[in-house]
Amino acid sequence: MAFTRFLIRRILTGILVLWAVATVTFFLFFFRPVDAVARQLAGRAASPQVIAEVIRRLGLDQPILVQYWHFLGNLARGDLGYSYYNGESVKTIIAQDLPITASVVVGGVVLWLVVGLGVGVLSATHPRSTFDRVSTVGVLTGLSMPTFVLGELLIIGVFVPLNQNGFSWIQTGYAPLSEGLIPWMGHMILPWITLATVQAAVYTRLSRGSLIDTLGEDYIRTARAKGLSERRVVYRHGLRAALTPVVSQLGIDVGAFLGGVIVVEQVFGLSGLGQDSVQAIDTGNLPVIIGFVLVASAFVVVANIIVDASYALLDPRVRIS
Amino acid sequence: MSVTEVQFQAAAVEAAPVEAIQGRSQWQLTWRRLRHDRMAVASIVVILVMCVLALLAPLFAAVLHHGQYQAFTGAGLSSAGIPVGPGTHGFPLGTDYVGRDLLVRTLYGARISLFVGISTTVLATIAGVSIGLVAGYFGGAIDTVLARFIDAVLAFPFIVLALALAAIYGPSLLIVIGVITFFSWAGIARIVRGQTLSVKEKEYIEAARSLGAGPWRIMFIDILPNLLGPILVLATLYIPTAVVIEATLSFLGIGIPAPTPSWGVILSEAQNYYQVAWWYVVFPALALLITTLAFNLLGDGIRDAMDPRTERLFAARRKRGKRDVALKDGELPNPPPAGVTGAG
Repeated sequence: MAFTRFLIRRILTGILVLWAVATVTFFLFFFRPVDAVARQLAGRAASPQVIAEVIRRLGLDQPILVQYWHFLGNLARGDLGYSYYNGESVKTIIAQDLPITASVVVGGVVLWLVVGLGVGVLSATHPRSTFDRVSTVGVLTGLSMPTFVLGELLIIGVFVPLNQNGFSWIQTGYAPLSEGLIPWMGHMILPWITLATVQAAVYTRLSRGSLIDTLGEDYIRTARAKGLSERRVVYRHGLRAALTPVVSQLGIDVGAFLGGVIVVEQVFGLSGLGQDSVQAIDTGNLPVIIGFVLVASAFVVVANIIVDASYALLDPRVRIS
Repeated sequence: MSVTEVQFQAAAVEAAPVEAIQGRSQWQLTWRRLRHDRMAVASIVVILVMCVLALLAPLFAAVLHHGQYQAFTGAGLSSAGIPVGPGTHGFPLGTDYVGRDLLVRTLYGARISLFVGISTTVLATIAGVSIGLVAGYFGGAIDTVLARFIDAVLAFPFIVLALALAAIYGPSLLIVIGVITFFSWAGIARIVRGQTLSVKEKEYIEAARSLGAGPWRIMFIDILPNLLGPILVLATLYIPTAVVIEATLSFLGIGIPAPTPSWGVILSEAQNYYQVAWWYVVFPALALLITTLAFNLLGDGIRDAMDPRTERLFAARRKRGKRDVALKDGELPNPPPAGVTGAG
């Protein structure tokens, strides 16, 4: 019962957040001169009449509040509108882009969790050991490296040499899962490594710090005093409670990345939500921008709800209220 | 042991030279520990060398006779129009896609990148510290409003705003500095606010207030010095973050406008040439990585040096086998703004 009420309240606040985000985005981009969009649409040589006609057809000549009201009405009916440029429905564009972005995120998450948690736990159980020191430097290197530089270095150091030597399994671009598991993974492996390297650094640091804190708690001492094996103390008692901050960061990251892994998509030529949102913003394609921003925010909102609900599962001390 | 012997020993202790024990301030202790951290010292050296190289960029340009914008279409490009490699035709690190000297541009790039990193950190620190102090000290409605504002800024999709501003006003150095500052102060403000909340309850603050000190004096003269440690660590860690963000924004075409060389600009130009000119990516990337890594290592070093537990930890290590003594990482969280990771 408490859980149902929690869920309803969170969904309602979530909708409120989405409305606020949509409104802010709408007005933020309204300041972009209308003429520039119309001119781009109508072509360089368009006469003023043609431009005026384009503006009228898009409804951009109406007062901003009328436009905003119109926009909200469509949104309430689930209509995200149509691209200014090719008239494609925003929903269709999102449906095309989402699998690409999701492919990058899914593999990336698995990779960075395995590496980040593994190294983090080993460092925390052996603080100040050689392994811990090496991993700390590794973490700092990961944090010091812009994602796109890592991607470019991977292309120079891995993709180009392999392909020049007739090894064509690893590719850039995108192959949908329907073409088979192997081609899909071949196209995704470099983006996964790129995304996971930077993220693994964050997660190693987070899980190490959190586990070290947890292992200093009284109930861990009690568990050891009871004579439990060290393995059981660390993994059953320590890690479970130490995972709370990791899970909350994971929720934020997955939510944010599902809205578009901008840099990785850009480096590897994947036309997912990230790359297309950059393009939409560049061209002032307002319906597409708002659609993308709404999808991205919805993922963040949902991820946060899942994270809060999962606290109770992980940490027996937390009750949902 | 006879009574006279004890008296003699006591006299000897009293007569012992007093200067053996010396009062050391927190900063002196920190500096002493930092000096013994080889990694931190190396980082300081690297940072200083990078700053000197950045300052001397015009000297390199003069000696090589290669201006930062000067395109050598003859010597600087191969007959196929491809950049020439390191060491060819008097270009130590090779050339870029229009035949400009890569070394000279990378050195000039260091100026822009370091300037962006340091200036945004200074601005964000000033703003974050002031807002955090005010929110934490006054509390009540002021705190509620400021704290919600801080949360909102931390949650905002950073790249979207940067893209929007660049789309509306065109990319510029000013927008880059503005955007990075705007998204960096909130993290600092949140930590300063938290620290202020606990420090302001101390007795000496009450004493200052009873002596008639005003709120501004208490905030900036009595509370602030206590927070300088954490602020210094945060600021050191923000500089590399800002350098990375600048590079990323430039890569996305919404940062420093070309042809001004920043590391981000050079690397984003290089992305179409990595198949034929590895040096074009590798050298600027190395410069950037070495610099950001040095700042990150230094920040970590300062954090360890400020933590009194570090000393105990080393002592425990020397005794061997003490398993539970460990360094806590959670005290001063490393601050990459949400947007950085959000950018992928």
